[in-house]
Amino acid sequence: MTQTEQKELMLAACKVRIGIIEGTHAAKAGHPGGSLSAADLFTYLYWKELRVDPKNPQWEDRDRFVLSKGHTAPGLYAALAHQGFFPVEDLLTLRHIGSYLQGHPNMNSVPGVDMSTGSLGQGISAAAGMALAAKLQKKDCRVYTLLGDGEIQEGQVWEAFMFAHHYKLDNLCAVIDNNGLQIDGPVAQVMNPYPIPEKLRAFGWEVQEIDGHDFAQMETAFAAARETKGRPFAILMNTTKGKGVSYMEDNADWHGKAPNDQEFEIAMTELKARLAEVEAM
Amino acid sequence: MADVKKIATRDGYGEALKELGALHDDIVVFDADLAGSTKTGVFRKAFPERHFNCGIAEGNMMAAAAGAAAMGLVAFASSFAMFAAGRGFEQVRNSIGYTRLNVKIGASHGGISVGEDGASHQCCEDFALMRSIPGMVVMSPADAVEAKAMVKAAYERQGPVYMRFGRSGVPVFHEEGFVFRIGKGETLREGTDVAILANGLLVAEAVEAADALAQAGISARVVNLSTIKPLDEELVLQAARECGKIITCEEHSIIGGLGEAVCALLSEKCPTPVRRIGVNDEFGYSGPAGELLKRFGLCAEHIAQVAKDFCK
Repeated sequence: MTQTEQKELMLAACKVRIGIIEGTHAAKAGHPGGSLSAADLFTYLYWKELRVDPKNPQWEDRDRFVLSKGHTAPGLYAALAHQGFFPVEDLLTLRHIGSYLQGHPNMNSVPGVDMSTGSLGQGISAAAGMALAAKLQKKDCRVYTLLGDGEIQEGQVWEAFMFAHHYKLDNLCAVIDNNGLQIDGPVAQVMNPYPIPEKLRAFGWEVQEIDGHDFAQMETAFAAARETKGRPFAILMNTTKGKGVSYMEDNADWHGKAPNDQEFEIAMTELKARLAEVEAM
Repeated sequence: MADVKKIATRDGYGEALKELGALHDDIVVFDADLAGSTKTGVFRKAFPERHFNCGIAEGNMMAAAAGAAAMGLVAFASSFAMFAAGRGFEQVRNSIGYTRLNVKIGASHGGISVGEDGASHQCCEDFALMRSIPGMVVMSPADAVEAKAMVKAAYERQGPVYMRFGRSGVPVFHEEGFVFRIGKGETLREGTDVAILANGLLVAEAVEAADALAQAGISARVVNLSTIKPLDEELVLQAARECGKIITCEEHSIIGGLGEAVCALLSEKCPTPVRRIGVNDEFGYSGPAGELLKRFGLCAEHIAQVAKDFCK
């Protein structure tokens, strides 16, 4: 990855983070923590990885992305808006009455959303069903899904892991956002899912562990995913919950609450400073 | 109807899938380790490449079917009613109902007539569960011919559909070539003293009851309401106005099924005395299907008795 590409992605990620903070602040609700931890991933997917067309969101041969951890919709919406699927200013209508930007993604109202999600554990199954269908239809598109580390406590996720391996869904790539925190506290304390890579490998998946804030590592992992044949591919991405906003980082309290006006100002100051810093690189 | 051919409605489902599969490449079928029982195995034999066993994992199956539908396929998903509507409820609600995706749930082994397996498998709550999902079509055919026609109509309709089929053989009274219309009931016997509204295997029982009632001088109308949602309101209101008394019959809890749907309609638009025949808020138990149906009052004799008492 060239430095120019790196910089472009870093700038985009700053904008995605700003979108998350502006959206949840305007909504006075939402999930900034897990949206911020996955902000770099949303950016990489929509700027580099996914074969999609903002002008034709229903393009039949597009790659699909299913946000299995649907509560981090603010991050997905910000990426979609900055890619031109809908106006960036609409991010401020998040969770408002009458807005198409529902609290959790709705495929029937948001351009670019491929599956309605929000109830944890179901998105990965839907993604697996899409990958299966794509193979049957002989489409060369790929299906991506993002899960939370807490989400994999859902038994259905493991049903889907079994299914994807059984049907050799090598066109499916699941990313797990391992930010280590869920609503009630550290994932390891609430219900320990670790070690994740060993479990996934035992389920027949190819697994790569990366730093979820490092675009170069993402590039390598997604390339490996595309090259893997005969089995599905998982990327376990280690991240910091709340990444980019100092007081939100590594703090489970910011899982599902919006910044107040004062907190909003602090967050925006930090994110804009980061944006300026990247621009000056 | 003693000498009439008996076929289970689930057999009609399997046959219809096979026929549809030959006509349409976009049909895929998911099952959860019960293909032999749900009869999706009939489709699997003809089109193995489009039949996907999900193993004993109904939650994943429902959401995976939704994913396949999101790719433009028409996905049928099958298990026993208990596990399709019960275990899979929240997946059906969120991944199929909310999304309005083109998934057709074919649930076999509904009701008490599952028989020997007992209460854990005798699902008498599926209509209630599925009716509560916005936009869900809920249906239960009266015989195998209607089942076949219903499955074809479900394929033609865009959006989620729930169909419940039975395990046991039931008399076939529809003619081959019968055209099924979703949301339309069917008056099988004209009558003016009481109207018996039934679905599933109770339709044949209701017809038998009407014949017995005629002997006793009671003119009973029989209506097959195989679509529970959307309800054929016009036909129900007409029966209420013309007969003045309504009996509902279903192999389902009296809570949340056809009986309550009819009561809700009548209480708002045409208050009419109603008697509900169904499973009276209790669990079933093991035994031969025919014997169980009698014990639960899901039979012609009981329907006739209720009608006689009602018309006194």
